Amino acid sequence: MDGYFSPSKALISVDSPKPFPWKALAELVKVFFHIGLFSIGGGYVMLPLMERELVQVRRWLTAREMANYYAIGQATPGVIAINTATFVGYRQAGVVGGIFATLGMVLPSLICIVAIAGLFQQFEHLLWVQQAFRGIRVTVAVLLVVTLGRMIRALHPTVGRMLLVAVSFVAIAVLHWSPIWIVLAALCLGLFLAWYREGAA
Amino acid sequence: MIYLQLFVVFFRVGLFSIGGGLAAMPLLQVELSRAGWVGHQEFIDMLAVSQATPGSIGINMATYAGYKTASVGGAVVATAGMVAPSLIIILLIARFLKHYQHMSGVRHALGVLRAVSAGMIAAVTWFILAEALGGSGSAVLPLPVDVKAIGMFMVFLAAYWKTNGNPVLFILAGGLAGMAVF
Repeated sequence: MDGYFSPSKALISVDSPKPFPWKALAELVKVFFHIGLFSIGGGYVMLPLMERELVQVRRWLTAREMANYYAIGQATPGVIAINTATFVGYRQAGVVGGIFATLGMVLPSLICIVAIAGLFQQFEHLLWVQQAFRGIRVTVAVLLVVTLGRMIRALHPTVGRMLLVAVSFVAIAVLHWSPIWIVLAALCLGLFLAWYREGAA
Repeated sequence: MIYLQLFVVFFRVGLFSIGGGLAAMPLLQVELSRAGWVGHQEFIDMLAVSQATPGSIGINMATYAGYKTASVGGAVVATAGMVAPSLIIILLIARFLKHYQHMSGVRHALGVLRAVSAGMIAAVTWFILAEALGGSGSAVLPLPVDVKAIGMFMVFLAAYWKTNGNPVLFILAGGLAGMAVF
């Protein structure tokens, strides 16, 4: 099925940590810095960009491996695109590679945010800046309403799922429970359902 | 010590944000207001800046909050704390799991998690609607109603629904409209 792309090849073998892979690490930081820099607006932009760069241009991964990493990235804590970067870095240059790939991915946003936050602190007392941010808050509300609508549609809503949405909404907005307990409860329920269904099949 | 506190809080947020995208937002809001690091309105401003800059929204918000609390060092520590849990978990999986087939059970479980995540994000959306459209600072109901803000909300909602445009340009347009309207 995935024979269209040539098999992926690692820059160095994971099993031979010496000599220290400076070149591979620099390459990883460069590639993921580029991906991190051009992914404005979150994961929906990042993933197609990653697929083109890693699968089609550099051939570090096959399309199927990419899909596997994507699934694991979704099921583990953290951002899917960054988790995928960690995976690819590990594949290319071991544990240090995983760390450097992650670093490359995070660095552009770290620099941008620090620059903007610094500017904002200097100008936030100005009237026109305050007016602009009142307007921006309204657009953030619009973006969230639309995104939420899409999320709920993507759930392929059933009665059970909408009940889960409603219960967690009430738990946060009205009862002020901690999201940690809700996530843990959801994981337990989900694993139980998976076990129950696979047992029944 | 503030750096350690930042690291611990964002490590916790990173650990319990499963499913990507906006998953970190509900827990971030709770943790940031409990620690007293970021106010209600500032949380929404952070969200706007995080959406309009490169990178994932959750991590950008962590960086911003870290910078607010303890300058550049705080930004670095908060970002590191946020990324550390997934870095550790992914490296462990990559090291010790050779075959990922048995992840299918976990993929089943994700259905529940996604529904719950949508509910929690709905709660944050409710809070942000109250804050952005209400005249006062109270974050329960958008009362008293800010008529200008609601008018602007309607116009922008219709525009975004119709055009499905670029969020970054949309946020910038909101800033310009804010200067004209308020």
